[in-house]
Amino acid sequence: MSLVHVTTKVNGDEAEFLCEPRETLLDVLRDRLGLTGSKEGCGTGDCGACSVTIDGRLVSSCLVLGVEAEGKEIATIEGMAQGEALHPLQRKFIEHAALQCGFCTPGILVAAKSLLEKDPDPSEEDIRYWLAGNLCRCTGYDKIVRAVQDAAKEMREGV
Amino acid sequence: MRYHKPASFAQAIDIASTSEGITRFLAGGTDVLVQLRADIVSPDDLIDIKHISGVREITKRADGGYDIGIAVSGAEMSEDDVLMADWPGLVEAMDLIGSTQVQGRATLVGNLCNASPAADSVPAMIAAGVTLTVEGPTGAREVAVEDIPTGPGKTALEKGEMITKVHVPARGENAGDAYLRFIPRTEMDIAVVGCGVNLRLEGDTITEARVALGAVAPVAALVPEAAKALIGTTLDEAALAALAKAAQEACNPIDDKRGTIAFRTDVAGVLAQRAAKIAYARAKGETK
Repeated sequence: MSLVHVTTKVNGDEAEFLCEPRETLLDVLRDRLGLTGSKEGCGTGDCGACSVTIDGRLVSSCLVLGVEAEGKEIATIEGMAQGEALHPLQRKFIEHAALQCGFCTPGILVAAKSLLEKDPDPSEEDIRYWLAGNLCRCTGYDKIVRAVQDAAKEMREGV
Repeated sequence: MRYHKPASFAQAIDIASTSEGITRFLAGGTDVLVQLRADIVSPDDLIDIKHISGVREITKRADGGYDIGIAVSGAEMSEDDVLMADWPGLVEAMDLIGSTQVQGRATLVGNLCNASPAADSVPAMIAAGVTLTVEGPTGAREVAVEDIPTGPGKTALEKGEMITKVHVPARGENAGDAYLRFIPRTEMDIAVVGCGVNLRLEGDTITEARVALGAVAPVAALVPEAAKALIGTTLDEAALAALAKAAQEACNPIDDKRGTIAFRTDVAGVLAQRAAKIAYARAKGETK
């Protein structure tokens, strides 16, 4: 099987890779680009652990082919902190203990960031619906919702 | 598997009609990639139609209706305030499918051609009177949404044929639509019953009605008897009772872990009544 050459942008940096047509974007990110922050939970678009954005749109990278990334801008969890400085959502997840095993956390952070870019002041219901496709089997979600609310508040107030 | 990025419908049709193996069209991929990864369907030719001009656009036509490109995602439909104002039932039905992540990719045509009896957007499209342009090696034809699915996982599309445009009718005056589904959870589930209702009024009286049911038969279908129960009425108690009865009589559901035959049949009547009330209020301009 011949590999396809793909040129794309990941977290603002030009990236090139060769992949098989049936490889998912998640496989490419993890196995070809070494970006293992995005996780494979289910591989069927149900759990959200592989959430990334493509041209600003939140998607499950397990349901995108690597070849579809051509010419797109991908954002993953690895692009969220600025060097050593954590994103407010990341800090608040730590403060609120909004994670236990951590497997779902990258996907939830990427999804929550996407929500706050669309709506800086979401209600609890908005947050719960937006994150309904991000499964967490540890926390019971409450601490996650509180952390997102607190981060949103801090980001709105520009503290 | 060969991956194709045709720049035109003609090229896409050419690839699909001359392929000697299994072909799949790729738009959002939320069904195709799941089937591919699980080895349920292993396409020899995967045809990514997102690079064809116009497929990502929603266009308001001169007659007041809409042409929706075949790669427009659910999220893009929900963000279109004008479409939402005219066809809230259709947009809400699409929006019920999957998670935020799935909404970023999933399309109306994908939902239709996956041909699940429980597809949420399909009863809403049928109720709205949505039609499609189908193009193939022998030319183009216009087809009503209800004529596409022929059974679970099966469509009326011939080899090499593809849906190239979705046509939503003009909304017109004093009209409204609604879609409701029953699921045991509040989000992220597959319809046990779905019902779309589309009404037009003169004063308080219903003059036009279309009712469609999903997940209660091998295919989502228009229920003309349910529409008849509504036309000429003001959605009074007798009309609602007749609507429920007609909807229930149209049911031919399966028994499975998500709902029994008796339960699905009963719920079909209830949802038809509730959706009719919402569509009626929207047609009167009482609610959005």
